[in-house]
Amino acid sequence: MSTTDAAVDVTARAGDLLGVSRLTNATLTGWLHGLPGVDQVGCEARAASLGTRSIKTTAKQWAIDAAISMIDLTTLEGADTPGKVRSLAAKALVPDPSDPATPRPAAVCVYGDMAAIARQALGDSGIHVAAVATAFPSGRASRRVKLADTTDAVAAGADEIDMVIDRGAFLSGRYLEVFEEIAEVKQACGDAHLKVIMETGELVTYDNVRRASWLSMLAGADFIKTSTGKIQPAATLPVTLIMLEAVRDWRELTAAIVGVKPAGGIRTSKDALKYLVTVNEVAGEEWLTPERFRFGASSLLNDLLLQRQKLRTGAYSGADYVTID
Amino acid sequence: MSPARVDVRKTYKLYIDGAFPRSESGRSYAVWSTPVGRANPRFLANAAMGSRKDARDAVVAARGAVKGWAGATAYNRGQVLYRVAEVMESRRAQLVEDVRLSEGLAPSRAEAVVSAAIDRWVWYAGWTDKLAQVLGGLNPVAGPYFDISAPEPTGIVAVLAPQRSSLLGLVSVVAPVIATGNTAVVLASQERPLPAITLAEALATSDVPAGVVNVVTGLTGEVAPWLAGHRDVNAIDLTGAADAEGVDWGELERAAAENLKRVLRPAGTGSDAVEPDWTAEPGLSRMTTFLETKTVWHPKGR
Amino acid sequence: MPIFEYAPAPESRAIVDIQPSYGLFVGGEWIEGRGAAFKTTNPATEEVLADVAEASVADVDAAVRAARTAYTRVWSRMSGADRGKYLFRIARIIQERARELAVLESLDNGKPIKESRDVDVPLAAAHFFYHAGWADKLEYASLGPKPRPIGVVGQVIPWNFPLLMLAWKIAPALACGNTVVLKPAETTPLTALLFAEICQQAELPAGVVNIVTGAGATGQAIVEHPGVDKIAFTGSTEVGKSIARSIAGTRKRATLELGGKAANIVFDDAPLDQAVEGIVNGIFFNQGHVCCAGSRLLVQESIAEEVDRRLKRRLETLRVGDPLDKNTDVGAINSRAQLDRIAELTAAGEAEGAVRWDTGCELPSHGFWFRPTVFTGVSQTHRIAQEEIFGPVLSVLTFRTPQEAVAKANNTPYGLSAGIWTEKGSRILWMADQLRAGVVWANTFNRFDPTSPFGGYKESGYGREGGRHGLEAYVTTGDPR
Repeated sequence: MSTTDAAVDVTARAGDLLGVSRLTNATLTGWLHGLPGVDQVGCEARAASLGTRSIKTTAKQWAIDAAISMIDLTTLEGADTPGKVRSLAAKALVPDPSDPATPRPAAVCVYGDMAAIARQALGDSGIHVAAVATAFPSGRASRRVKLADTTDAVAAGADEIDMVIDRGAFLSGRYLEVFEEIAEVKQACGDAHLKVIMETGELVTYDNVRRASWLSMLAGADFIKTSTGKIQPAATLPVTLIMLEAVRDWRELTAAIVGVKPAGGIRTSKDALKYLVTVNEVAGEEWLTPERFRFGASSLLNDLLLQRQKLRTGAYSGADYVTID
Repeated sequence: MSPARVDVRKTYKLYIDGAFPRSESGRSYAVWSTPVGRANPRFLANAAMGSRKDARDAVVAARGAVKGWAGATAYNRGQVLYRVAEVMESRRAQLVEDVRLSEGLAPSRAEAVVSAAIDRWVWYAGWTDKLAQVLGGLNPVAGPYFDISAPEPTGIVAVLAPQRSSLLGLVSVVAPVIATGNTAVVLASQERPLPAITLAEALATSDVPAGVVNVVTGLTGEVAPWLAGHRDVNAIDLTGAADAEGVDWGELERAAAENLKRVLRPAGTGSDAVEPDWTAEPGLSRMTTFLETKTVWHPKGR
Repeated sequence: MPIFEYAPAPESRAIVDIQPSYGLFVGGEWIEGRGAAFKTTNPATEEVLADVAEASVADVDAAVRAARTAYTRVWSRMSGADRGKYLFRIARIIQERARELAVLESLDNGKPIKESRDVDVPLAAAHFFYHAGWADKLEYASLGPKPRPIGVVGQVIPWNFPLLMLAWKIAPALACGNTVVLKPAETTPLTALLFAEICQQAELPAGVVNIVTGAGATGQAIVEHPGVDKIAFTGSTEVGKSIARSIAGTRKRATLELGGKAANIVFDDAPLDQAVEGIVNGIFFNQGHVCCAGSRLLVQESIAEEVDRRLKRRLETLRVGDPLDKNTDVGAINSRAQLDRIAELTAAGEAEGAVRWDTGCELPSHGFWFRPTVFTGVSQTHRIAQEEIFGPVLSVLTFRTPQEAVAKANNTPYGLSAGIWTEKGSRILWMADQLRAGVVWANTFNRFDPTSPFGGYKESGYGREGGRHGLEAYVTTGDPR
């Protein structure tokens, strides 16, 4: 199937779902605005309540390992170098030299120009190479440049692409434009998985987060992702809760499963466990796999490793006992 | 000298749902004046002797009027009540005569009572659109919620009007009930019912919707238990139990407990019941007793 | 087995020190009860927790006399500022001993520790804090001229929120200068008895708070005692009516906070995920042992199936079990008697043709348990739509228009609370006006705050608790009638 056919498919599917013969901005707007609203206070109360779950002993062991395996170990700095990326890849391959049973993270996430370095360093380890694309983080470039950014990263060996949506277009109600851009990037990805970053911190309202989630899924996202990490607030539990509700309801509607990736600001094991509880109780345990849930993080890995050591040895560990890469 | 004119007398009837029916029972009873210092009471009129079925009909009328009256704007209720005071003023002569004969007062004293009654009505008329601000308000809850409490009428109030003060006392118990948006079934003073019917005529010719005030004359001891036990009555004012023949207000309160009516007990101590001094400026309790507080919560979010 | 099975996370009960037996707290001292002692049990295990004294008529009399003495000699004469400082002390001690109170509450009541820890105990402390500040400001509370205390207040509270109801009752009574004789429910006396110890730690003058334990007869002795000036009762409408009858013809005042059968109304434009949470919180919070529980779900017909599906999916995630486990969402039914009543009414629901569904979750082998249950196809005429079940049982009805929703919601002798779920602001305000209920929650449910008046219309009782309004019940003024 050619890439053009795939785009036609996404648009045709969207038309079917919306019950229209031609997808227009007006029909998309009507559909997105017809989604149930989100009450901020109720949503945050629910998230806070999930955050009070107490995860102990065997459950904690399982959750820490699961969380490690769901990490997209990330470096997205202007100062990134091949050395830094190789070092991060090495950390991904051997997260804890003191315990070979430690699971590996799901992917290493880098800028597109570092994708080849990461691919080379990770080899056939099974750890994915994720590259941010589409003029990350602002997304302020022409469609042509964004598509080139994508194909370039895929060509360099990225098998996962983390794109950003055009928040300007979204906030000004040009949903069709956002839809088309995601669909085209998805084509450009070829076999690579597409994560769509909505930059929820710029969307501000939970209603917008819900609409952006549905718009991204409609346009062909494999994952929906909260944030670039460059804007505050980045990932929050309530925002992730809404996205998990979206993928849950999307599956009910289409039978298709879309993954969720909160990114930015998740630094502690305690936080990670709250997210896993939320995944478990909102989307369901089918999402408790790196195929469907990821953490975009860097320092989180070491905190999980410290907790893992504590569970193994019974003694609290310290920063000197985990490696910095 | 021409012979004295034979005057045309009024038939005093009940006031139910904006109309003036006779008692369904067909009964009436003689009302006598009790002038000071006169040995023999003088016949005044035959008043309708209302029955339990009249009371029942009055409750139906009062229920029918609840939605419109409680739902009217407070400003509108204030306007309507003020209009009642205007009409009372225009019927002043008759009210004075009624009070004079009913209570056996000197004309100047009766004038003063009627003035006080009209002024009291005006006082309550002015409360309609103030109460919510005085009694309600925003509750500063510890969370992201808008939380507000406001008074609402409780519904139908059965009123045992005072036995002695046939107009000032009557006004003092009826006005607070309807100023707050309730509707009333008033059991008039048994021995002195005529001012109540004249007041009803003032109400009927003002803009008070039918059923908002219903007046039943008759034997307090006969009708009151039916109102106290009526399950579609939301509250009862037992003020008129004081000096009412054959009335035990404790029994009425006990009957009222059946549907947890809001009860305004008669003044007095212990099991006594005394009629209050109606010349004192009222407080709010005659209104607050018949108000519910409704609290509404809503989250505040983006 | 689920891949993410939460391991047990029990709160330690070592923090509480339950004595083998308890007396009555009268006049600042512990005395023996003259009635036959009774046992209080942990409803989650049926384990006996302690023997508790039953206060006889004579014991109640002693408590009322102690309260009268404290009232006339000490409490009514004390400045409002000093009364307030005692209440502040109590509030602080409740906070300091919060964990202990929470564990004890969950042990004695069966409610999940996360609720006693996060709701009951913090709110109880908040009530004392709030009312402490009123004690020297009553003249500013628009209660009428010269507010004065009433005297001795008899308070009878239920088993569903033992410490919280105690706080709702005692805090305003004391702030206004009254003294109290309080009877906790016979199945949940332990936190009230611990509260007596807190009064001692606070050095509250003897007799200002008296705690007498017992069952209905003890409560009746309080209600009927001629030395009691005011009754404050929370409990069933049936008992509320008997109290109203009992004090009829006297000068005793009463506030009654009674039963409810609240409608939780969901419109098709509701924020659905939050509405589902609100439905769950409305009826499964505290095992549904809540007078203002949203026990009747009124859902707009156009979304009835969707709400049903979402609700049941959500209920599958409720964790029923050990109240002391920090992950438990639904705890034990408070007593066998209550469990029997729930079973009886749910059987009636089935017999009347409503469709019964429950989560099918496993239940512990000992103790009193009931699965979260939903009845669909319920009509207003069914008993499960009319009678207060006071358990984790939701009755689902449908409506087509806002008018129909209001008519059904109001079609009950109760009038305590109601819920509205819609994103349309003007409809919320219209609905809130129409609903005959003392508390209306719009796009939320079961929220409580000491500043927010709570209480019912119609047969849900009279008087308000909380806020400025709640003070009215505890003062008398120069306001003429």
